[in-house]
Amino acid sequence: MPDGLPILEIAGASKTYKTRAGDVHALTNASLTIGKGEFVCLIGASGCGKSTLLRLIGGFETPTAGGVKMWDALVTGPGPERGMVFQDYALFPWLTVRGNIAFGPKARGLSRKEVRAGADRFIEMVGLTKFADAYPHQLSGGMRQRVAIARVLANDTQVILMDEPFGALDAMTRERLQEELLELWQRTQLTVIFVTHAIEEAILLADRVVVMTPAPGRILSDNRVGLARPRDVASPEFNSVRRELSGLLMSHAPRAPTAARPLLRALP
Amino acid sequence: MRRKADWPRPIAGLLSALGRWTWPVLVPIAGLVLWWLGTKDRPASLVPPPVEVGRALWDLAAGGLYDDAFSATLITHLLASVSRVYGGFLLAALVGVPLGLMIGRIGVVRSMFEPTLQILRPVPVTAWLPLAMILFGIGPRSAFFLVFLGAFYPVLVNTTFGVRSVDPRLFEAASMLGASSSAIFPKVVLPAALPSIFTGLRLGLGFAWVVIVVGEMTGVQTGLGAIIMEARQLSRTEIVIGGMVVIGFAGFISDQFVQWLGRRLLRWSPQHA
Repeated sequence: MPDGLPILEIAGASKTYKTRAGDVHALTNASLTIGKGEFVCLIGASGCGKSTLLRLIGGFETPTAGGVKMWDALVTGPGPERGMVFQDYALFPWLTVRGNIAFGPKARGLSRKEVRAGADRFIEMVGLTKFADAYPHQLSGGMRQRVAIARVLANDTQVILMDEPFGALDAMTRERLQEELLELWQRTQLTVIFVTHAIEEAILLADRVVVMTPAPGRILSDNRVGLARPRDVASPEFNSVRRELSGLLMSHAPRAPTAARPLLRALP
Repeated sequence: MRRKADWPRPIAGLLSALGRWTWPVLVPIAGLVLWWLGTKDRPASLVPPPVEVGRALWDLAAGGLYDDAFSATLITHLLASVSRVYGGFLLAALVGVPLGLMIGRIGVVRSMFEPTLQILRPVPVTAWLPLAMILFGIGPRSAFFLVFLGAFYPVLVNTTFGVRSVDPRLFEAASMLGASSSAIFPKVVLPAALPSIFTGLRLGLGFAWVVIVVGEMTGVQTGLGAIIMEARQLSRTEIVIGGMVVIGFAGFISDQFVQWLGRRLLRWSPQHA
């Protein structure tokens, strides 16, 4: 952890939803301190509260107990300094690539010239210059996610919150975007909080992997990934980290139905 | 057999144009043939043969065949109906869109208006006819009101639906990017609801054409509905059918225009592009 004030401090954050069937504890007593420039992955089975934690940091939900602080100031709502990249992109379908990327700067009242120049810079950064005037429905999933990333970058975000951003993409596109994201992160001073359920993705990307478990959703452990970058998914070191993490996840995973077991064993 | 793509370009173009125009006219031609077969050599038939309707239409448009009260009056009636259709429709849009936006967006307005409107909506325009004539008198004002009523509900319902079905993620995205809550409406709700609003306007205009005949049963002197009613009383069925044909084509052309407008304005929307 770098010295000085942490960029984000989550202290005892809980989120309970009231439903007709009773209270659902989506997140219980989560505490996490994140330094500027760190790449943190939140990983766990569905229902472990990883997305809830991300949404609390984003300010889209308010915790029922505890709180989230950014630069020691309480987070009370969404803001441009915490840019969210949604799994389903959430691009504005009526705006072109350029329009989507310029949305934030425009909303914050920047001059026309600044907006245009900023947008063009980030369109180029994510390699979409040729598609600047295309509408979202004309783009592939990977391209849409690039727009979503450029949209928060163009808005001078300090923290990028990513909610399974590559989950809906095919394997090849996912790998390319992972590489591009790492490159971007290393070039900028951005802090990234990345939710995933793929262990390999987490180890490939993160400085720290925060393992979470369901029922009730909570943080199980916070693991520093000591592997040198660039990381090789085929290396024995990578594999041993993977084994360790999947051991942690499996020890708390709900048991698989017994009928499925012989089949699993029969696989080579 | 050669595939279409193998033909030299001008011939391939001709073939595809032929295909484009052949299929759509096949059904009407078959209908005309059946109609003709069913009415020929039957002078006592109550339904006139197609040729008779064609002649009536010609006389209605240009005159010179029968020289009666209907001759060469088509343009007057058409203009009267078009002005009522578009007038009633525009008023419906002017009231329906803002009201729909408010019902969709503001809870108080929704609780105030929605139950009443839901009860009024199933009442058919025909049922309003007598009351309209009492309220607005015999004549064009009643016709205008009935057309307005026919166009109003599709516009209102679709606008409300469009506002209510905006993906909540887009609100989150906008506020995350720094849009103030007062900017959400013009920058997110309105554009996101636009395809639905547009669908409502298109349906509304369609309904305005549908109810024009009912609207013009209110004792107006001009209009396509008015000549249909008058021709019916005189047993001039060929003019009744001629009027139906004109309404069909006028509604079709006006819908094509609206669709063209939609394609231009909503290029971003996969449903319209």
